Amino acid sequence: MLTKAQNDPVVETPRKKVSVKVFGVGGAGVNVLNLMLRSAPPGVGFVAVNTDTQSLAASSAAEKVHLETQLLRGLGSGGDPDRGRQLAEAHLPKLKALCEGADVVFILAGLGGGAGTGISPVVARAAKEAGALVLGFVTTPFGCEGGWRLRLAQQGLAELKAAADGVICLPNQMVCKTMDEHTSVLETFKITNEFLADGVRGLWRLLMHKGLIEIHFNDLAALLRDRHAESAFAVAEAMGPTRSREVMDKLLAHPMLDGGQMLGDSEAVLVSLIGGPDLTMAEVNRVMEQVNRQCEQAQVIMGAAIDETFTDRLAVALIATRRNPGPGAGATAAAGSGEELGQQLLPHSDPVRPGSRFVPPPPMLPPEQVQQLLARQGRGGSRGRKTPTKLRQTQLPLEIVTKGRFDKSEPTIHKGEDLDVPTYIRRGVALN
Amino acid sequence: MFNASSIIVGLEIGTSKVCAVVGDLGADGALNVVGLGQSRSRGVRKGEIADAPLVEEDVRHAIVEAEQMADVEIRSVYLGVTGGHLRGFNNRGVHPVVSADREISEEDVQDVIKNAKAINLPNQNHVIHAIRQHFLVDGQDGITNPVGMLGSRIEVDVHVVHGNLNRLQNAIRVVKGLQLEVDDIVFTGLASSLALLTNEQKELGSLVIDIGGGTTEYVVYANGIIKHTGVLAVGGDHVSNDLAYGLKVPLSRAEQLKLEHGSSLLEEAAKGQTITIANELGLPIKTVNLEHLRRIMSLRLEEMFQLIGQDLEQAGALDYLRAGVFLCGGGSRIPQIAQLAEQVLQMPVSPGKTNSISGLKSALDQPEFATAIGLVKFGSFQQRKRAARSTLSDGIKNTLGQLFRRG
Repeated sequence: MLTKAQNDPVVETPRKKVSVKVFGVGGAGVNVLNLMLRSAPPGVGFVAVNTDTQSLAASSAAEKVHLETQLLRGLGSGGDPDRGRQLAEAHLPKLKALCEGADVVFILAGLGGGAGTGISPVVARAAKEAGALVLGFVTTPFGCEGGWRLRLAQQGLAELKAAADGVICLPNQMVCKTMDEHTSVLETFKITNEFLADGVRGLWRLLMHKGLIEIHFNDLAALLRDRHAESAFAVAEAMGPTRSREVMDKLLAHPMLDGGQMLGDSEAVLVSLIGGPDLTMAEVNRVMEQVNRQCEQAQVIMGAAIDETFTDRLAVALIATRRNPGPGAGATAAAGSGEELGQQLLPHSDPVRPGSRFVPPPPMLPPEQVQQLLARQGRGGSRGRKTPTKLRQTQLPLEIVTKGRFDKSEPTIHKGEDLDVPTYIRRGVALN
Repeated sequence: MFNASSIIVGLEIGTSKVCAVVGDLGADGALNVVGLGQSRSRGVRKGEIADAPLVEEDVRHAIVEAEQMADVEIRSVYLGVTGGHLRGFNNRGVHPVVSADREISEEDVQDVIKNAKAINLPNQNHVIHAIRQHFLVDGQDGITNPVGMLGSRIEVDVHVVHGNLNRLQNAIRVVKGLQLEVDDIVFTGLASSLALLTNEQKELGSLVIDIGGGTTEYVVYANGIIKHTGVLAVGGDHVSNDLAYGLKVPLSRAEQLKLEHGSSLLEEAAKGQTITIANELGLPIKTVNLEHLRRIMSLRLEEMFQLIGQDLEQAGALDYLRAGVFLCGGGSRIPQIAQLAEQVLQMPVSPGKTNSISGLKSALDQPEFATAIGLVKFGSFQQRKRAARSTLSDGIKNTLGQLFRRG
C-alpha cells in the first residue's frame, strides 16, 4: 500500500528539516522577537539577547541571555556599542553554544543604540563559527534620532555585513514616509517592528517549505552578500479568485518599494510565492510577468512553495537589492551636505563617498593642491569626531535624484520608469 | 493690405518658444508666408501651460511681432496643442449597404464615417482630430472612394487624436484672453508633418519626429494616410536637465553647454577632453568633462528614439516607412542626431525641409518653425474646404482625411 506522501507528493509538501533560531538583540530586537513569538511556528528557537534586565524580563522568549556586568547594574549598555561588543565577546562561548545545531540563524536588531549595534555582529560571528547560516534583519534609526546614532548604525551595519551571510536593512525613515500626521509614536514603532517581523516570517516560510521551485539559502545569501544596505523587502497577501492580481497591486503599493520604483532601480530581485494546493501555474506566471516587467534590468530569482494552510490565499515575498555605487558607500554618506559630512566621517574604517549613485568626475588639481586637500580633510575628520552635533542628518538617501526643473510638473512615467530622471542614472551608467 | 479671409495665422505655444506665422492664401491657392513673430516661452512645461499670465505675455509679444512684420491685424489663429496627455488610436466604423442593387451611395459613405467617429471616451476627453483612413468594402482593403462600387458591407478606419479637455482649454483660454479667435486646435505633430512631407513621401510611408523643448511628437504616414501618432513628454529640456544634474552646473549653463558642445554621439575624439567654463571676465571657473557631457546627452537621445521605436513596433508601423524618417523641431539641430536615429531605428533619417510653401526664406529654413508653418498649411486646407463648401450648393462634406491626403 502506498503511503499518502507517495500518493500525493505535491500537495503535501513536507517541511524541510531546517532548524531555525531567531535572535533578538538589543531593545528593539527583543521587541520584534516578542511580536513574532505570538505567531511562532513550531521548530523555531527564540533567543533574546540584551544588556537590559527589564527588557529581558518582559520577553517571553524561551532562552534569554543577559550580558551583565557589574558596571552597569543591568541598566543597559548606555548607548555605547563598544561596551556592548566587549560584553558580547566575553560571552562568546555561551552564544556559540546557543547556536549549536541551528542551520539558520536570524538576527533581529535595531541599529544605532549600544546593545543592538555592538552585540549583533558578535552574535553573527558566533553563529557563523557554530556552523549556521546567518541572516541579519536590522533597522536603522529615524532621521530625527540624530546623526550620531545614524553613524553608529552605519558602522554596526558594516560590521554585521562582514560577519553575516546576508543583511536586510530597513531604514526606519522609509517607513516614516508612509505614516500620516496622526500616527502616534507608539504605533510608528509598532509598524516598523511589524515590517521587520513580516520580513522574517516571509523568509522563513521560504526556507522551511519545500518549494516546487526551490530557492536555496545559498541563493538568498548570494543575493544579499556584497550588496549595499539598501535591500527592500515587501510581503503581500491576497485571497479570492483575483488574488494574483490583487497581490501584485498590494506589492507595488508597498511603501518599501516606493511605488514600484525600487523595483526599476534594483539590481537583483528575489521573489517567493506561497500558495495553497490550488495555486495555478497561470497565477505564478501572472505575478512573475509583472515583476519581470517592473524590473527589466534586474536579475530575478524566483521560488514557489505550497502550504496546505494557504488554500485560496497567495502570499508573495519580495526582496530587492539596489545597485551599489561603490564598496561601503553607506547610507549616511549619501545624504545631505556631502563635503562636510564626508570630512567628518573620513577617519572611520569605510571609505565615504559624497552625493549619490552618480559619481562626479574627479577634479583636475595639481599635486600640491591635492596634498593640501588631503591635509584639510584629515583635520576636518578629527574635528568632526569631537563635534558630532554638527551632523545634520534628516533624511536617508533613498530618493535623492532631484528632478530639477521637472520637480513640480507631472512626472512622465513610461512603463514604471520616470523619464524625468536622467537616463544615465536609470541605466546605471557610471561616469568615469 | 490683405483681404482678411485670406490671412491664415498659425500659433504654436511651445515649451521653449512661442511662435506665430502669418500666411497669405492667394487667389490661385498658393500659400505664402508673409510674417513671423516669436518670443521666448517662459510659462510652459512639457508642452503644457504652467503659468498662464506669463504665457499670455509671451503670446502677445509673438503676435505683435508677426503683425508688424506682415503688416496685418491678426484676428484668429490656428492653435497648435501638445502634451503628454494626447493619445492617438485607430477606430473602425461599419455600415451595411441596404439598397436593393448593393451600390454604395454617398449616404452610405457618410454613415460609415459617422459610425467610425462615434468613439466612447471618458467625459473629460476631447477628440482633437478624427482623420479618415482607407475604406474597406466587403473586407477589401485600400479603397479611397467607394461611391458607386458594389458591396454589402462598408467599413472605414479613422485615426483619432484625443486629449484631456481641461488641459486643451487652458491654451485656448490664454489665446482668447488676448481677444483672438481660435479657428481650430491642431495636434502639433500633425502640423509638423504637414509642413515637412510631400505627397510622395506620405504615399511611400514616412515618420516625422518633432523634437521640441518639452515634448517630442511623432507621426507615421503610410499609403498616404496617417497610421499612427504619438507624444513623448521628453524633449530638449530633459537633455539640459540631465546635463545640469550630471555635470553639476546650473540649468542655464547646462543649456549653453548643450548648444555649444552638445552632440548626439559619443566619439572617440571626445574622450578625455575637458571644457573650461569661463565667467564674464574670461576667468576659468569650472572644468567640465566633454566625454561625460556627450555620454549623458547621447544616452538620453538614444533612449528617446528607442521609446519611439518600441511604440511604433507595437503599433506595427515600422515596416511601412519606406521614405524614412524626417526630423524637425529644435532638437533636430543637435549635431549628428540623424546618425544616432539611424543607428537606433535602422532606417534612413534626414532633417526635414518645409518645401511646399513659398515665402520668407529665413523662416522656412528653420526646423523649429515647421510646426507653425504646418499650422498655417492646415489652416489653408480648412479655408479651401470652406470655400468649396460655399460654392457647392449641395454642400458635400469633405473630411479632414481627404484634405490631408491632398497636402
